[in-house]
Amino acid sequence: MNYQLDFTPVIEGLPALLSACLGTFTLALGGMALAIVIGIGGVVLRDSHFAPARWLVKSFVELIRNTPFLVQIYFIYFALPLAGVRLDPTPTAVIALGINGGAYAIEIIRGGVQSISKGQIEAGLALGLHKAQVFRLIVLKPALRAIFPSLTSQFVLLTLTTSICSAISAYELTSVAQRIESDSFRSFEVFGTITLFYLVISWVMMRFFALISARYFSYPVK
Amino acid sequence: MTSHTDIDATATGEAMIAMSRVEKWYGAFKALTDINLAVRKGERIVLCGPSGSGKSTLIRCINHLESYQKGEIRVGGTLLGNNARTIDAVRREVGMVFQHFNLFPHMTVLQNCMLAPMRSLGASKAEAEASARSLLGRVKIVEQADKYPAQLSGGQQQRVAIARALCMRPKVMLFDEPTSALDPEMVKEVLDTMIGLAEEGMTMICVTHEMGFARKVADRVIFMSEGEIVEEAPPAAFFTAPRQERTRKFLGEILHAH
Repeated sequence: MNYQLDFTPVIEGLPALLSACLGTFTLALGGMALAIVIGIGGVVLRDSHFAPARWLVKSFVELIRNTPFLVQIYFIYFALPLAGVRLDPTPTAVIALGINGGAYAIEIIRGGVQSISKGQIEAGLALGLHKAQVFRLIVLKPALRAIFPSLTSQFVLLTLTTSICSAISAYELTSVAQRIESDSFRSFEVFGTITLFYLVISWVMMRFFALISARYFSYPVK
Repeated sequence: MTSHTDIDATATGEAMIAMSRVEKWYGAFKALTDINLAVRKGERIVLCGPSGSGKSTLIRCINHLESYQKGEIRVGGTLLGNNARTIDAVRREVGMVFQHFNLFPHMTVLQNCMLAPMRSLGASKAEAEASARSLLGRVKIVEQADKYPAQLSGGQQQRVAIARALCMRPKVMLFDEPTSALDPEMVKEVLDTMIGLAEEGMTMICVTHEMGFARKVADRVIFMSEGEIVEEAPPAAFFTAPRQERTRKFLGEILHAH
């Protein structure tokens, strides 16, 4: 092994890499926000009395969970313009991440909702609350609490999946790293460095979710 | 036995609850058969019977947690139909206390009591809080207002559940085996709360095996078996001279056990 390590291109590219981390956070947080909305909305429709809605959600979940993310993001990126919608890579990436994460979130959140005892729902109904109020005010929070660890790992995975968005050259860490690597051919140094960056990013996300959990889900249970 | 005079009582507006010829099916299983029951304002009914006899199903029909297939139920003059409007109207008038308390774990005691008045009746936060504190005081638990349900004992939780139901200012209270899930030493505090409520003139239907409670506060004790009302009588007559063989057998078993 006569490989000489040379971190000069990495050090020179550090400002670009660091601001690309912000791009990664933007994609991740945007994707998560959309995934949560799709997840909760999907659960409501998935268990609604309207059969076509249930069928639609089931099909959506199957479609997304059984196809590769790379194909999904290509499809959205190249199919949307055909439908007359032209979006930049970054919004496209957020949508793709949100749709992908949302399909997983539906299944996870649904498990949480199903873990809530029927007695909770009955108590809400007996108090004169409507079904939608019962879901929003009584079921949702304990349900999210029950599945929050699973949701956290799914969302850390979503954060790491942002790297695939480099395929449509969305602005994030991997695509910037690829550019530096192709200019310098310092593959080991560049990808070694961003591996560490991703570790830190994951850690930050886990801390973020731990804080949310401590803030919203710390009420005592037996 | 119940007769059609009960239904006539509804017509005069005297009955708070009137069930006539109610039938309830779970698929092919008939859970309630020909239920006729009129409950006057201020009347206290104890409903007893072996497990699976339909007592819980009966009271759960009154606030439409269970639907019924035949007959009719009127609550305070409202005919309870299979539509949101009448179901809402009835649920606002009828409070329910469950065997397993069913307090909302993510809300404090106070929030548990304020939720429905604010969201269902449109009470302001200040109104809801004042009313919640006063009713928590009535069930002697106001000092626990900021605790979460999991921090309370079973008896305390059940008293909060009673206060929570009372916050809706119901005209009728339904109790579905309110002491069955409690440790023995906590039964009394809940029964005392219920006795207090009865003495204030609340219309109550209680599914319970607490025969001491029945003797003390019930105007009528109703015995059910296999989905039917078998016998009903004032407690003195019910306990000393049951007319039906099934009632005698049940009383023999339950009084021996206590």
